[in-house]
Amino acid sequence: MSSRTYQLSAENVNVWFGERHVLKDVNLAFPSNQVTALIGPSGCGKSTFIRTLNRMHELIPSAGFGGKVLLDGEDIYGDGVDPVKVRLKVGMVFQKPNPFPTMTIQENVLSGLKLSGRKNPNNEELVETSLRRASIWNEVKDRLNDPALSLSGGQQQRLCIARSLAMGPDVLLMDEPCSALDPGSTRRVEETILELAPQMTIVIVTHNMQQAQRVADQTAFFLSEDGNPGHVVEFGATEQVFEQPVDPRTNDYVNGHFG
Amino acid sequence: MTVNADSTQRRKLATKPFAKADRIFFGVARAAAYSSFVIIALILIFLIGRAIPAFQTQGIIDFAFGSTWDASASPQKFQLGPMLWGSVLISLIGVVIAIPLSISIAYFIEFMAPKVLAKAVTTIVDLLAAIPSIVLGLWGAFVFSPIAAGWAKMLNQSFGWIPIFDNPEQNFLRSPFIAGIVVAVMIVPIIASITREIFSKMDRDIINAALALGGNRESTLRKVILPTASGGIVGGILLGLGRALGETVAVLYVLNISFDINWGQVLQARGGSVASMIISKFGEANPSEISALMAAGLVLFMFTLVINSIASYIVAKAQPWRK
Ligand SMILES: Nc1ncnc2c1ncn2[C@@H]1O[C@H](COP(=O)(O)OP(=O)(O)OP(=O)(O)O)[C@@H](O)[C@H]1O
Ligand SMILES: [Mg+2]
Repeated sequence: MSSRTYQLSAENVNVWFGERHVLKDVNLAFPSNQVTALIGPSGCGKSTFIRTLNRMHELIPSAGFGGKVLLDGEDIYGDGVDPVKVRLKVGMVFQKPNPFPTMTIQENVLSGLKLSGRKNPNNEELVETSLRRASIWNEVKDRLNDPALSLSGGQQQRLCIARSLAMGPDVLLMDEPCSALDPGSTRRVEETILELAPQMTIVIVTHNMQQAQRVADQTAFFLSEDGNPGHVVEFGATEQVFEQPVDPRTNDYVNGHFG
Repeated sequence: MTVNADSTQRRKLATKPFAKADRIFFGVARAAAYSSFVIIALILIFLIGRAIPAFQTQGIIDFAFGSTWDASASPQKFQLGPMLWGSVLISLIGVVIAIPLSISIAYFIEFMAPKVLAKAVTTIVDLLAAIPSIVLGLWGAFVFSPIAAGWAKMLNQSFGWIPIFDNPEQNFLRSPFIAGIVVAVMIVPIIASITREIFSKMDRDIINAALALGGNRESTLRKVILPTASGGIVGGILLGLGRALGETVAVLYVLNISFDINWGQVLQARGGSVASMIISKFGEANPSEISALMAAGLVLFMFTLVINSIASYIVAKAQPWRK
């Protein structure tokens, strides 16, 4: 196992909001072409952690960070690293579908190009491949110029996935991507994740234990007890975390005894 | 059957207020609401009544668009054209200056400043709105005009070849340019506070998504924030425009009011403003001129009313995604 190249890894990640220590010494490695699920009770710092992976805390003045996040061997928090460049390699899908309301379906897919000022030789092709990879092409191919908000919630979420994929990221972060969706749409998104998995590194936060077991190769269990900062209690292959957890607290959580 | 029909008959679910306090409160609220209609109607009736003689002697079209105002000629000529256009010109200058300023202020408050500073800036901008316009006029005349005249001179020297910056007389005081800036100072608080309100209600996830897609601050503002907020901002701009059109005293102090129509040479020392003209002539006007001034007020009133209605319509309707 030691020969595996880790594309993305977190080393001793700590996060503070003002005086509050929210995450303590998180060490996780995300191997290429695998799906990692982050689970844990509400408020334990899963979103906070996943946002450190593409430097999304930049906008919160009170946020403080300690540790390293290595992407292809380079610390994305290193001196002189442009967070915008980091986000081009590490895409993100949010909890609530959030297509740009003023744009059409097609414009949403291409919005990353516009925002980053990147050029692409063949936009039409990029739109199609991105939408195909997000498994929504067949549903929208005849209405690419309709407003993005004319789609259903589940379709909007897959459009948001397509929007991220259009930038060709190496890593895709998903923070509870299905929590606002119905079971049918959830299944579609899960299928999409499984189709994408062989090509990229995926990190997904979920409250749904079945979902973690369906999509994730490995799982990390976060916990923050009695006001202590959140930390990783257990991390390993999904099967092992769910079937034979080492820590009794993991066992309680995955079997629905708390959280 | 009759029993059925009775029990399924449609009744109103809303009830009249029972408690006495409620009834009094409802009455007061209703009276206050209706009284605004009544007041507007009364003002209109008064203005129309007083304006009719002027419209009859001058003709409505000539009155609104002609360009001579002479109370000593016979027959007297009262034509509003240069003032009406002057009001529009000054307001446009004010709005053009105020828009980028207001949007920058709103962006700074909502997306850049730490909480304490954001509060402070908000308060200062709101204070700006509270400055009485006479104070602004005096400041404009004695403090600001000489400074702005210096800017105007620089503009003229660098860009004098563009017709709007032409000024053969080289007198840079009391121009529409200066009046426009003073008006901008008055409407920045309006546009900035509406824009800030819209920004603060925007879905943060949309902004986060833009950043996550590799946007920087500037492209996020231009491609995502402004388009999403545009309806509300345009509404705010039109409200500011309404205020600018009606501005009276402050403009009077910094503008040389002239019926020699100024189409757009903004640095030259002549311009128009309906409201300021009314106040400058009112003191010495004879009865027929007063009727003409009332008519001028009526025209301005209608104009502003139209702008404001458009504004509220846009604010309400232009953002279908904000349910
Ligand atoms: N911007 C912020 N400012 C201050 N505190 C914050 C901020 N964001 C998160 N926190 C705090 O950090 C802790 C972790 O929050 P986080 O959102 O990461 O939890 P989570 O595990 O994602 O929970 P959930 O499952 O409910 O989404 C919480 O106690 C929260 O109150
Ligand atoms: Mg969360």
